[in-house]
Amino acid sequence: MNKARTNPFNTLAMHGALIFYTLIALFPVFVILINSFKTRKAIFREPLALPDADSFSMVGYQTVMKQGDFFLYFQNSMIVTVGSLFLVLLFGAMAAYALSEYRFRGNMIMGLYLALGIMIPIRIGTVAILEMMVATGLVNTLWALILVYTAQGLPLAVFILSEFMRQVSDDLKNAGRIDGLSEYTIFFRLVLPLVRPAMATVAVFNMIPIWNDLWFPLILAPAEEVKTLTLGSQVFIGQFVTDWNAVLSALSMAILPVLILYVIFSRQLIRGITSGAVK
Amino acid sequence: MTALTLTNVNKTFGKVHVLKDISLEVEDGEFVVFVGPSGCGKSTLLRVIAGLEDASSGEVRIGGDLVNTTPPSKRGIAMVFQSYALYPHLTVRGNMTLALKQERQPKSVIEDRVAKASRMLDLTSYLDRYPSELSGGQRQRVAIGRAIVREPKLFLFDEPLSNLDAALRMNTRIEIANLHRQLAASMIYVTHDQTEAMTLADKIVVLRDGRVEQIGSPMELYNNPANQFVAGFLGSPSMNFLPGDLLQGGDERTIGIRPEDLFLSDTGALTAQVSHVEQLGGDTNVIAHVQDHQITARLFGQHAIEAGDTVRLGFDPAKTYAFDRDGQRVSPT
Repeated sequence: MNKARTNPFNTLAMHGALIFYTLIALFPVFVILINSFKTRKAIFREPLALPDADSFSMVGYQTVMKQGDFFLYFQNSMIVTVGSLFLVLLFGAMAAYALSEYRFRGNMIMGLYLALGIMIPIRIGTVAILEMMVATGLVNTLWALILVYTAQGLPLAVFILSEFMRQVSDDLKNAGRIDGLSEYTIFFRLVLPLVRPAMATVAVFNMIPIWNDLWFPLILAPAEEVKTLTLGSQVFIGQFVTDWNAVLSALSMAILPVLILYVIFSRQLIRGITSGAVK
Repeated sequence: MTALTLTNVNKTFGKVHVLKDISLEVEDGEFVVFVGPSGCGKSTLLRVIAGLEDASSGEVRIGGDLVNTTPPSKRGIAMVFQSYALYPHLTVRGNMTLALKQERQPKSVIEDRVAKASRMLDLTSYLDRYPSELSGGQRQRVAIGRAIVREPKLFLFDEPLSNLDAALRMNTRIEIANLHRQLAASMIYVTHDQTEAMTLADKIVVLRDGRVEQIGSPMELYNNPANQFVAGFLGSPSMNFLPGDLLQGGDERTIGIRPEDLFLSDTGALTAQVSHVEQLGGDTNVIAHVQDHQITARLFGQHAIEAGDTVRLGFDPAKTYAFDRDGQRVSPT
C-alpha cells in the first residue's frame, strides 16, 4: 500500500479539499432549491435562509403550473435531449467503428474531417442553419433541434469512440466473423457492449449542453407547442419585472431529470475515465 | 483428399510484400505447423486461409473447393485465437453454440455436440459460467471447444499457447496432440516456438520473410535442413555455426554443428574458453568461445566445468552441415 495514501493527515486533507469543492459546486443548486420554496419577500430579505413556517410558499410552483404548459415544455426538452443523444450515440458509434475497423481510401482524411467539428462552434452557422430549416419547413418542429444537436454532438462522439473502438480486440471481431456473425451483429453485440463506458462518457458530455441550451430553441423553435423547458422558463424573466419565485421553481424542476440521467450514466462514466489507467 | 491447397499465394499491404508465392498442401488428417520468427508472415498466412484477409493473388482451396471469395463462416474452418477471443457477454455454453445457432442447426444436434466437446475438454461443470469467471487454461479450452463443436474441415490455431504459463503450456500441448488423434481432423497450427512445432507436427512449414524455407516432417528438417536458417531455427539450443576457415584453412563455407553432437575430448579439434555453464541436472549446457565465435555444447549428464575453464571439444565430421555464402546447404566435403 502506498504510504501517502494511508497517512491520516493526507487522507484528511484530500477529503477536505474534495468536500470543499463539492460544497462550492452544490451551493448555487442549493440556493435555487431553498428559495424556490419561499415567498418573494423572503427571497430578497434573506436569500440564504432556509424556508420556515413564515416564509414557506409554493407560489412559484403554482405560477409555473398555471402559466404556460409546463409539462409540454418538459416533454419537449426530454424528447429533444433523448432523441439527440440516441442519434449522436448511434451514428457516432457507427462512424467510429467504420473509421477504426475498416481500411479504405481516405480513412485518415475522413477522421480528421469529422474531428474538425470539435474546433468549430456550430453557432457560427446559425443563420445558414435557420435558412436551411426554413427551406425544409422544419422551423418550429422538434426535429429542427434534434438534427442540430445531433450534428453538434457527432464530432466529439466520433473522436472519443473511435479511440476506444481501436482497443477492442481484433481477435474477438474475427472470431465473430468465423462464427458467421454479420458485421452489424459484430458491431451491436460484441463491440458496443465493450465500449459502453465510452458511450456513457459521450452521453454525459452531450446531454447537459443540450438540455440547458437556449440559443437554438429561441431561434429555431420558439412556437408555444415546441418550446423547451429552458425557453419556457424565460417567460418569467421580463425586461422590467422578473417573477423570481416562478423562475426558481422552474429551474428546480428542470434540474431533476438531468440529475437522474446523470446518475444513470455516471456509474459507467467512472469506469470510462479510469479504464485506460487501471488496465 | 487434400484438406487445403495453396497455389502461389501472394499478399501485399500497400507496398509491403508480406507473403511471397506460397504453395503448399495439407493432407486430410494432417497436423501442419507454420513456424518462423515473428514478422515472417505466418499469422497473415493463417488469416488468408481463414478468409479474414484476402489473398492478393493465388488460389486457396479448402477440401477441393476454391474459397478465395468465400466468407470465413462458409469455408468450413474453425479458428482458435491467441487471446482466446471468447464472447464476454455469453456463457461457456453460449460461446460454444453461437456459430451453430447461426448455421440454424437443430437443437438436438447442438446439444449433442456441446455435450461431446465439453466431455472431451473436461468443461462439463463450467458450461454456465462466463469467461471472466474462468482461469486462463479453462478459457483456452473453451476456445478450443468452440472450434470443435463446428466439426470443421480444417482447424486453425493461432499461437494458442503463448498466453499460458510454462506448466500449463505443456499440458495443453499434450491435450491438443490427443485431440488431434481423437478427432483425426486436419489442423494448421501457427507458432514461433520450435519446441511446439517439433512436438506437435506431422509436417512443419518453416517461413521466413513471407517465403517458405522448407517443408517436411520434424525429423527430416532436423536431420536434413535445406539451409542455414532452417538449421539454426530448429533444435534447442540452436546449431553452432563456425567459419570453415577455423577448422581447415581456406574453406569459405560455414560449418554447422549441433550442440548435442559436441563432446569433451582431449584430442578435440576445438579449443574453447568457457564463458558460462548451465547445469540442468540431466544435461549440461556449456557456452564457450572459440576465438571470437560463441558455441554451445550440450553434454549429457553432469560435468564439473566452470566459467573461465578451457575445454577441448570434439565432433564427428559426418554429423556436421556445410553451408555456402548464401546460406544454402552444400555437400560437407
